[in-house]
Amino acid sequence: MTRVATLLRYRGREGMLAWAFHRISGIGIFAFVVLHVIDIYLVGGNPELYDEVLAFYASIPGRLLEVVLGAALLYHALNGLRIIIIDLWPAMTVYHRALWWISWAIFIIVGVPGALIILRPVWLPLLQQLGLA
Amino acid sequence: MGASDRPRVDVSPVSRGRMRPRGARRELVIWYLMRVTGVALFVLALAHFSILHFIWDPAEQTAAFVANERWNQVFWRGFDWLLLMTVLFHGFLGVRTVVHDYVHRPRWRTGLLWALYVTGAFLFVIGTQVILTLPVPGAEGASIR
Repeated sequence: MTRVATLLRYRGREGMLAWAFHRISGIGIFAFVVLHVIDIYLVGGNPELYDEVLAFYASIPGRLLEVVLGAALLYHALNGLRIIIIDLWPAMTVYHRALWWISWAIFIIVGVPGALIILRPVWLPLLQQLGLA
Repeated sequence: MGASDRPRVDVSPVSRGRMRPRGARRELVIWYLMRVTGVALFVLALAHFSILHFIWDPAEQTAAFVANERWNQVFWRGFDWLLLMTVLFHGFLGVRTVVHDYVHRPRWRTGLLWALYVTGAFLFVIGTQVILTLPVPGAEGASIR
C-alpha cells in the first residue's frame, strides 16, 4: 500500500497522471498492435482462421474491448499532441494544465459517440424491446 | 535548492513527456523520431480505427472483405504499410524507453531489448509480406473469393 501511495504522490496532479495514463495506454496499444499484425497476416496465410478472429471482434465482448482500445488510442493521441505542443512551443508550458483539460473535453466529445457506434449491437436491441426504435 | 544542483530527471515537472535528451546523439534522434511518427500516427492510426469501426462495422469484415474492399486498391495497401512502419517505429521505441526505465540488470535489459527488436523485425516481415502478396481480386491465381 505504501508503494501505491508513493506512486500516486510522486510529482502528483495532472502532469503525473497524464504521464501514467500515456504509458499505460501506450503499452496496451502496443500489445494490440502485435496481435493485430499477426491476425492481418492470416488474411493471406489462413483466411478461415482470420474470419473466426473477426467474428470475435464483432461479438459483444470483442466490441467492449475495442471501445477500451479506442479510448486508449484517442487518449494517447490527444495527450501525445499536447506533449508535442509543449515541446515545440515551451511558452505553452504555462497552460499545460488547461491543455490537459482541453484534451479530456475532446476525448469525451469524440469518444462517447464513437463508443455508442461500436456498441450499437448492445443498445439497439434494448431500445427495440422497449419500442423506442 | 537551485536549478543547477537539482538531480537530472528524465520526466519534466510538467510532464511534457521525456525531456529533449542532451549529449547522446542517438537518443536525440529517437526523441525526434517519436514525435514525427507520433504526429503521423495521429492521422494514420485514428483514420484507420475510424474507417474500420465507424464507416464499416466489424460484423461485415472477413478475409474476403479485406481482399475485395480494402486491399483491392494500391492506395489502401500503401496507407496500411505506412501505418505499419510508423507504428513499429513508435511502438517499439516506446517500449524500449519503458524497458530502459524499469529493467536495470544488464542481462535482463539486453535480453528484453533483443526480444523486442526480433519481434519488431518479425512483424515487419509478416506485415509487409501479406500487404505485398495478397492477390488482387480478379487477378490470375487469386485464391480469395
